[in-house]
Amino acid sequence: MTSLPPPSDKKLGLVIDLDTCVGCHACVVSCKSWNSSGYGAPLADLDAYGEAPVGSFLNRIHTFEAKQEGRPAQIVHFPKSCLHCEDAPCVTVCPTGASYKRQADGIVLVNEDWCIGCGLCAWACPYGAREMDQAAGVMKKCTLCVDRIYNDNLPEVDREPACVRTCPAGARHFGDLGDPDSAVSHLVAERGGIDLMPEQGTRPVNKYLPPRPKQEIGEAEPVDLVALAEPEAKGFLGWLDRALEKL
Amino acid sequence: MHPAPSLIVFTTLSGLGFGLMVWLGLGLPVAWGWAAFAWCAIAIGGASIGLLASTLHLGNPQRAWRALSQWRSSWLSREGVLAVATLLVFGLYALLWIFFGRRVEALGIAASVLALATVAATAMIYAQLRTVPRWHMPETPILFVLYALAGGALLALQALAGLVLLVLLGCVQVLAWWRGSTAYARSGSSMETATGLTHHGQVRLFEAPHTTPNYLMTEMVFVVGRRRAAALRRIGLALGVVIPALACLLALIVAVPPVVLALAALCHLAGVVAMRWLFYAEAEHLVGLYYGRRPGDRAAA
Repeated sequence: MTSLPPPSDKKLGLVIDLDTCVGCHACVVSCKSWNSSGYGAPLADLDAYGEAPVGSFLNRIHTFEAKQEGRPAQIVHFPKSCLHCEDAPCVTVCPTGASYKRQADGIVLVNEDWCIGCGLCAWACPYGAREMDQAAGVMKKCTLCVDRIYNDNLPEVDREPACVRTCPAGARHFGDLGDPDSAVSHLVAERGGIDLMPEQGTRPVNKYLPPRPKQEIGEAEPVDLVALAEPEAKGFLGWLDRALEKL
Repeated sequence: MHPAPSLIVFTTLSGLGFGLMVWLGLGLPVAWGWAAFAWCAIAIGGASIGLLASTLHLGNPQRAWRALSQWRSSWLSREGVLAVATLLVFGLYALLWIFFGRRVEALGIAASVLALATVAATAMIYAQLRTVPRWHMPETPILFVLYALAGGALLALQALAGLVLLVLLGCVQVLAWWRGSTAYARSGSSMETATGLTHHGQVRLFEAPHTTPNYLMTEMVFVVGRRRAAALRRIGLALGVVIPALACLLALIVAVPPVVLALAALCHLAGVVAMRWLFYAEAEHLVGLYYGRRPGDRAAA
């Protein structure tokens, strides 16, 4: 059924810290790697070694510049993947029942054996979280690494989404956002986590932590850095310096 | 949005075919034998070619039957179910009409209602999408139904109904263009809400996430021919509404051969194709915000 299930207590999702993300794209590579070698049809690339490669990715890093009047511009690296919305419009538009939201943990998934590749779910998503696999003709989206997080064959430390596991900056956090006492819920509360496009009524589970404001640059005179690199010569070197100066 | 030829053929031809079924089901025009066969063939042919064209844009068309299962929640599924039901009921009506000379009124009315509902469901596939503000308006389903009824009236040689519906269609189309131009602004979404940087000043894209276009860009962030929108609107209105309406008026004043209205229907079809192309080409999807596209961007046409 592509009707949404009744709201679950458990809401697994990501918390992404826009203050910490350095835009290294390691999560993109890690995601692509995991999802091309595990569950489902691989994330295909067309013309991978040609002039115009095209491929599907479940996670992309955009970089934005935010500029306030009279203040220095701020660069914000912005990772974007499925937000596993509570009112997911991509689920209800699906004609086949391939697109669904799990009752148990709220993860939004695609059943690739049922997907006809009509693309309507991608049209319905305001975030661009779904990309068609142009080789398999089925819709691809973030699975929240459902094949990692419950996978008893992996060491416990690896039972989190590949993007979170790999992030060298610690900008990505995974947990249960339905539990107010979870670490991710605390993080959201402390840092004022926000929803993307709340006006679209999708109620995303994933939250973003806004970048902290940049420090004000004061009015002080600039420091003469060159002088710092040329300390005053003393002793023999000082005598030599003065003697050479006189020549 | 990318104006996919398969979807333009689908919505125009199936709209026209189902529109004609509405009139045939209501018992108009009065015809028997070969004439009845020709009319039914046009209606069923248009609807079927349109529906088949729609399967061309699927990644896995062999599974299309699965699309009939989610009618409780999905407009696309409802459209599929209604289309099949309409074709079955109208097919039976046509069979009895052509070969047994019996035009069963109840069956005809059922086919008319189903045909109209199918067109409305097609429109709702677009109108339901909040992500495309220009489509997410009450005008969208009204327009689709008016297009179907007006085109069907022309094909069914109904001059008076055709005239009234075409005038109405022209008015609603202009209203939709006018209100559509501000729909994006009314949606309240911007690059600032999309990135959550509402308190950080004005946001612009500094670096794109990838260097070659991806599915999102070729499908939804696609910008084509918007610079020519005004010219295409005039062509669409002239061919789709004004000329066919004048033909209807002429047919009401003096006796003209039926071929005049048939030609008017062809002219109308050409106009609808132009306007349907614009329906896709002018539609801006919110995901463009993540690629630095702001509402009204006409670049890269």
